[in-house]
Formats: sequence, C-alpha cells, structure tokens
Amino acid sequence: MELFTNQVLAGIATGAIYACMALAVVMIYQAIDHLNFAQGEMAMFSTFISWQLMQWGLPYWVAFVVTLAFSFAGGILIERVLFKPLTKAPILTQVAGFIALFSIINSCAGLIWDFTIKQYPTPFGSSPFLGSQLISTHQAGMIGITVLLLIGLYFFFQYTRVGLAMRAAAAVPESARLVGINTSWMIALGWGMAAAIGSIAGMLIAPVVFLEPNMMGGVLIYGFAAAVLGGLTSPFGAVLGGFLVGVFENLAGTYIPHVGNEMKLPIALALIISVLVIKPAGLFGRNIVKRV
Amino acid sequence: MQVVQHLRIAALATAVVALTSGGALAQKKYDTGASDTEIKIGNIMPYSGPASAYGVIGKTEEAYFKKINAEGGINGRKITFVSYDDAYSPPKAVEQVRKLVESDEVLFVFNPLGTPSNSAIQKYLNGKKIPQLFVATGATKWNDAKNFPWTMGWQPSYQSEGRIYAKYLLKDKPGAKIGVLFQNDDFGKDYLKGLKDGLGDKAASMIVMEESYETSEPSIDGHIVKLKASGADVFFSVTTPKFAAQAIKKLAEIDWHPTHLVVNVSASVGSVIKPAGFENSQGILSAAYAKDAADAQWDNDPGMKKFFEFLAQYYPDANKLDSSVVYGYGAAQTVVKVLQMCGDDLTRANVMKQAASLKDFAPDTLLPGVKISTSATDFAPIEQLQMMRFKGEKWELFGEAISGAIE
Amino acid sequence: MSAIEEIASQAPAVDAVPKRAMTLSSGTTFVVVLLLLVVPLFVKNFIIFQMTMLLIYGLAVLALNILTGGSGQFSLGNSAFYAVGAYTSAILMEQYNVNYALTLPVAGVICFGFGFLFGQPALRLSGVYLALATFALATAMPQILKLGFFEHWTGGVQGLVVTKPDAPFGLPMSQDMWLYYFTLAITIAIYIFSVNLLRSRSGRAFMAIRDNEIAASAMGIDVATYKTLAFGVSAGITGVAGGLGAIAVQFVAPDSYTIVLAISLFLGMVVGGVGWLPGSFVGAAFIIFVPNIAEGISKGLSGAVFGVLLFLVIFLVPHGARQVAMVAQQLLGKLRKN
Repeated sequence: MELFTNQVLAGIATGAIYACMALAVVMIYQAIDHLNFAQGEMAMFSTFISWQLMQWGLPYWVAFVVTLAFSFAGGILIERVLFKPLTKAPILTQVAGFIALFSIINSCAGLIWDFTIKQYPTPFGSSPFLGSQLISTHQAGMIGITVLLLIGLYFFFQYTRVGLAMRAAAAVPESARLVGINTSWMIALGWGMAAAIGSIAGMLIAPVVFLEPNMMGGVLIYGFAAAVLGGLTSPFGAVLGGFLVGVFENLAGTYIPHVGNEMKLPIALALIISVLVIKPAGLFGRNIVKRV
Repeated sequence: MQVVQHLRIAALATAVVALTSGGALAQKKYDTGASDTEIKIGNIMPYSGPASAYGVIGKTEEAYFKKINAEGGINGRKITFVSYDDAYSPPKAVEQVRKLVESDEVLFVFNPLGTPSNSAIQKYLNGKKIPQLFVATGATKWNDAKNFPWTMGWQPSYQSEGRIYAKYLLKDKPGAKIGVLFQNDDFGKDYLKGLKDGLGDKAASMIVMEESYETSEPSIDGHIVKLKASGADVFFSVTTPKFAAQAIKKLAEIDWHPTHLVVNVSASVGSVIKPAGFENSQGILSAAYAKDAADAQWDNDPGMKKFFEFLAQYYPDANKLDSSVVYGYGAAQTVVKVLQMCGDDLTRANVMKQAASLKDFAPDTLLPGVKISTSATDFAPIEQLQMMRFKGEKWELFGEAISGAIE
Repeated sequence: MSAIEEIASQAPAVDAVPKRAMTLSSGTTFVVVLLLLVVPLFVKNFIIFQMTMLLIYGLAVLALNILTGGSGQFSLGNSAFYAVGAYTSAILMEQYNVNYALTLPVAGVICFGFGFLFGQPALRLSGVYLALATFALATAMPQILKLGFFEHWTGGVQGLVVTKPDAPFGLPMSQDMWLYYFTLAITIAIYIFSVNLLRSRSGRAFMAIRDNEIAASAMGIDVATYKTLAFGVSAGITGVAGGLGAIAVQFVAPDSYTIVLAISLFLGMVVGGVGWLPGSFVGAAFIIFVPNIAEGISKGLSGAVFGVLLFLVIFLVPHGARQVAMVAQQLLGKLRKN
C-alpha cells in the first residue's frame, strides 16, 4: 500500500511536467488548429536563454521575465517569417515545416551550448514538501504555477475579447474574418503565447530533468499524449490529462507483471488510444461536426 | 650462376640502402588510402540525432590529427581524416562506411561510434579485410580476433567493468542487497551481465531488483521510488549522464542513502556530478581508466598539461568538462602510435598487426598504471580500471588498477 | 464549454489529386526505367548500394502515399511496419534458412495483416488523433523488439546480422548489382500494382473517402472496409520494403526503426508531393541525399542546414515534386503548341 501511495505521488510529480507542456500544446492548438512538433525545442531554446542570462549574473526572476518576453517575441517572429508564407500550403507541408524548425533549433542549441547537461536553479528549493519526501517544494511550486496558468488561460479564452477572437480565428477562419477579426495576427499572437507558455514549462521542467538540447524530446511526446487525452480544446482537460498520464504510467510500470516496466510508455499510449476510440475528442474536448 | 651473383649484388645493394636510410624498410608498401604523402583515415560519428552528444569525440580527433600534421605528420605523411555523420542509425552507418571505403578509399576505419552502428558494419569491413580499428563502444564482442580479425575495441568493456564492481561487492559487502537501474539497450544489458557473471552463484540472492528505463523517459523518479521500496542497500546505476545525474539528485531528495555505484560512462565530474550537486554525491563509487579533465587533482599532471595545451591551440571551443574530449584525445593518440609503428609498411594487414602488438602504451590521458597492451589473440586494448570514491569535489582513487579481463 | 457543437467546414487535410495526375506520362516513364536499368552498369558499387536504398525507401514512401495521398489517412507509424517486414525477413533467413526471395512475400502478408488489424481502431480516429495513435505504434515498436520474450528470435538489443545473397545461376555480377536489379524488379511490380490499384474501383473509393468521408459513405462506399484496406496495403508494401532493406543493409536492430525513420518517410512524402506516386522516389532521394549535403556544408550544424534546406524546398514548392512536374508539363505543352 505504501508503494502504491508513493507511486501515485511520484506520478503526480512527474505528471506536473507533462501537464505544463500539455498547456502549451493546447495553446498552440487553439491558435493554429494543429500541433507544433517544434514546440518542445522552442521551449528548450528559451530555457537555455534564461540559463545564459543567469550565467551572466541576472537574478532568477529577472531572467524569467526577460525570457518570457523573448519567447513571446520569438514565437511571433517565427510565425511571421517562416509560417505566414506557408498559410496557403497544404497542412502536411506545414507539418514538414515544424520538423524543419525542430531540426534547426536543436542543432543550433547543440552548437551554442553543447550537449553536456546543465544544472538549472529553482526558485522554490528542493526540500521535501509538507513532510512528504516524494514531492519536493519545486514540484509543488510547479503544480502551483501550472494551476495558475490554467486559470489564467481559462479566463483568457472564455472572457477576453482577444481570447474569443483567437478561438474563432482558429476554428472558423472565414466567419471570423467576416466579423472583422484579423485572423492572421491572431495566429501570430497564438504562436507568441504558446512560445511564452512553453518557456515557462521549460524553465520549470529543467531543474528536474537537467538542461540539455534533447531534454524536451520525451517531454513533448508525453505532453502531446496528455493534451490529446484531455481534449485538445480544453486547458483543464490537458492539465488533468498530464496528471493522469503520469500516475497511470507509474502504476503500469509497477503493477503489470513482466512487461509493465519495459513497456510503460506503449501501455500508456495504448490506453490513451482506447480512450480516444470511445471518446474521439478526448475526455473534455468538444465534438466537432463535419459538414459535407 | 651469373644470375645468382647478380641477385646477390642486388640484395647487397638493397641492404646497403636499407642501412643508410636509418634501418627503415627499404621497400615501401601501401594499400589503398596510403601513399608517400598521405594516410587516409575514415570515421563515422553521430553528429546529429539522439546521440549527438558524442559528436565531440570526432571533432577532438580531427583537431588532434591537425596537430599531428602541423608537427610534420607521421613519418612524413599527413593524415587526412574523413568523418561522416551516421545519426546513430545502423542503415546510415552502412551507407557512410561504404562511402568511406569505396568512394573516399580510406586505408582503414577508426573509432566508429555505437554498438548498433558497429554491428552493422562489422561483417562488411571484415569481408573486405579493412581494419575497423578501436571502435568506440564497450561491448564485449569486439574482442574476437578469431572470428573478426579486422575489428578491435579500445575502451574497457562494459561487462568487465561490471565484474570489477561484483568483485568489490563480494569482498566489501558480501551481504549486499543490490538494486540495479539500467538503460534498456546493449549498454545497460552488458553491464548487468557483467555484474551477474561476477557475482556468480550469489547473483540471484544478492540482486533484489532489476529495473530498466528507456531514454525517451523525461524523468526516472518512478523507478527510483520503486528501487527504494525493494529494500536494496546497494544502488547500481547503469545510466547515461543525464539519468545518472537525475538519480543522484533524486536519491538525496527522497533521503535514500544506499551504497551508490555509478558506471564509468557517467562518472564525469563536469557533466554528471557537478550538475547533480557535490553535496548529493559524497561517497559515490565508480571505476575509471582515464583522467577527468574537470577534476582539479590532474591540473599539474604532465600528461594532462599536454592535453590542455592541445585544447588551447587546436580545439579552443572544446568544453573541458566533457569527458568525450578526453576520450577522443586518448583514442587518437593510440592510433597515431600504431601508425608510427607501421613505418613505411602501410598495408591494412600491417595496420592490424601493429595494432595487435601494442606493449604497455600509455596515452597522456589514461590513469597512472593503466596501460594499453594487445596481442594476436587479445583484441581488448584497455582492460584495467581503478575503483574510486567521490569525496569533496573530486574522485579519490583507491586500491590498484584491476584487470576485468574475461577469462 | 458551449452547448452548441461547433461546425467546421474546413478544406480536407490532403489535397484532392485527380487520379490521372498521379502518374507519369508513358514517354517519361520509359526514359526513367531505361536510366534505372543502364546507370548501374557504369557506377561504383557504393553508388549502386545508394540507388538500391533509394528504391527501397521509395517503396516505403510510396506505401505511405497510398495511405495518405490515396485514402487521406495520416500515419507517423509506418516505421513500425517497416520494422516488422525487416525482422520477418531477417528471422526467416537467419534462423530458418529460408531463401531471401521467399521471405519478402511472407513479410508483405504479415505486415498486411498487421496493418489491417491496426486499421480497425484507427477507423474511429482522424487528424491529430490518428497521428498520435500511429506515433504510439512507432515509439512502441523498438521497445517491443527489445523485449526479453522475443529475444530468442530477434536477438534483442544486439540485433541480427543478415547474409547478403549472391547472384543466382552464376551470373557474373556483384552482390550489390544483383540486389539492385532484384529490388528494381520488385519496385516496378509494386509500382504498377499501386497505379492500377488507385485506378481501380478500390482506388476511386479511397479517393472519395479522402475528399469527403461523409459524402463517400452517402454514395454507398463501405468506408470502414476501404479505410482498413488502405492501411493493410500500405503496411504490406512497407513490409516488403523493410525486408529488402534488411537484406541490403545486412543488419537489423531496434535502433534502426525508431520514430526518426517514420518522420523521414513522412518528409519524403511531402517533398515528393502528397498523392503523386512517382514523387515518392524523388522524396526518397531527398531523405537519403540531403542529410549528406547538409553534413558536407557544416558538420556541427548539419541539423540546422538540413532544416533550412527543407524550408527552402517547401517555400519554393509547397506541393513538392508534383508541382515541379506539373509546371514542366505545362511548359512542354506550350512549347509544342508554338
């Protein structure tokens, strides 16, 4: 029983990583209506920027804010320069563009900062949280920030003009244009916000997994899985999805005999697919009716 | 009769020429890839893809050959180092090696990296009788002179290192309950096999848990929690640097203090211990065969001084905390030694013969007492390792350099 | 969130390519085949090997093209089928001494079954969800191949070494050249089969589903059968390509068939032109040669150079090689008129 509780707690701690990334995934999906494979690399690059700033002597929170601004601007810039010209291209071509972007960012980060792992500081400390050794104050802080982000995003999409306009622009671009929304800039704004949220995720994840150019590879897979499980249109679903994936993965690794440990990622993904087969839009996603 | 005399004179004349040219062989012999002015060496490295961290090895070797060329080359011949990217993918490795052999026409292939890539090219190179020299992987199978006379390893094998830990545990902690965390690939499984072989009959009773992880996992916290729950009092961490650092940190966080063994691959002060935190790393055990450039105790070592001078002059961008740089330097130095021994007989057969005749050769970066020796039946150049314990901010070596050779 | 369900009427993810535009004209075909037959006689073995790999990857991209360009289903999991095909051939050849040529149909049939089964749950999924499901398959495959349970057959993490076949009947040609012509024959056969498949009743059904699934089912097309069939055919062809790949490379290991392979195949399809079958081979050339070019430009930044080259291609021709071919055809047409 103790092992069970421990694994659930450890799963929640790891799940916080996935939840954080899943939020960034939902953000970009709301803005451009598909997934960005380079998102993890963008987050990794931002995290390196903040690390570099701290190496140059800036205090943590200053570096944090500067990085946020940098990422927001960087996201918009990438959209304007690289993906706006591709707006009219087929979606699969755009996906190829994401892969190209992935390759470029990963390679550049490797050249600038090389591939050795770097320690990344945390503002929350890493002592045990509330007496539990399984969740550190950093992980608790990470969960806290994720929840704050979630609430912020919920209000943004639900109640602000910009948020509503952005959703409209992604879901029904023609109608959105007719009511006077500048859909092109909405997409750029979405890229900027997604990059900024991704950078927060990166800066929170780095203290746990260590900073290096390939650090987001695995995280992004889990982030996608979590977001898809929860429903790509629901920030709340994505966060819950993150925790569910984290906990389930640990339990499968611990309790399924023989293959559980080696196969925990495939088992977790298989479970997600089974959920999707029953609820094709994820746990909290909205069903979209197609028109002929 | 006349003919015989004629031959005798010719032989005498040859001998005189040989003597006057300083005892070197009169006849220069070359295979494809070697000439009076050039020796062409091929190499494949993962410059891109998941293992790109190791690309540094290739860059270091390139820089080292540049240094050799600047100092006049080997017996007057310049080294041309052709290194291609295989992205750690076996099919790509085959393509690139064939390009090296058939298009670039190299004399031999040196230090190709990765067990899967080397397995993929081994049959091809042996079939063509082209040396696959000093492969950059620790699998045991490279020491097989009988079946693969053209393939030779360099670093100590993972299995023999595993045996050294087993020896240590049997002597110092015979009642140990060992929990193993290993990477689910050839690297992890070889170490596990070495440990089990070394423990012999006691393996089943001493190893209480074998837990594997995948490199795609962002964090290994769940595995550590499980291992702690198993009641193990020895934690054997068969991990690559990132995961080794995560494990060290996590152990401290969950207040678990077993005897902690880390494999040599992840014993680097700069790229594992320091990021994981010195305070979390006290008392960790490992084994080494090379000096650590990030460890201050070697700052005044004559060999390492040469190494640092080399970096300053030929590879200033290098990160000296990265143990791959030390690795590439040592491997390149070994191959240069072999080529010097070859003299003017630069055939593939002679390269292999000389590589199999190294006697107590010590590159600048190996630990004192660790030497490279090979023979026609022993294709495992480095076999010794020395145990060490982390204290303060550096490793403290203890005991003697032990051979982990597999009898 | 809202009570009313959203209604989307977007363009389909995959362009509607008319079936006549899916192939080359007979004149061009003749020239290409002639080149493929003659060139190997004049080049080094290493180039022949690269050409063999080009044909093999071309087949794998073609298989993906049938699935995505033909029936509109997106897959990031074809590397898994490729792996199954490769391992089937390797295991049959090395463990059971089956002739290499006979292992290929077995690989094809096994992969067809595997793909057909996978197509069942995939029926309920589309777009990003299908992408994730197939992605899961691709990430799971290397791990399955490593499982201790299968190690007896697969060789576990160490993989299997495969023997390269000699030319039969004492033909005076190198192993590489024989394997090339063998691969070429299979490639041509599969290409003709694929063209005819897409022109047949089934092919028209695939395309109707691709262009509009609801309309297709309203017209009486059995959507479920045809979608799973497309998965099966695609997987089967990929399996044959995988088997050929194992023979040509002489080695199979879990690390050869990671998600990177699936992504490469996907890029090959996009660069060649989604839905344009001849483009598959242009795409295969891209994924084989462009990384080599990138590496030649800069070793440290080869990934970045590759990304930039890829961006250049999709900026210039967002529809891939198909677009180039169409432009060329128009120009030719104009020339003839003048």
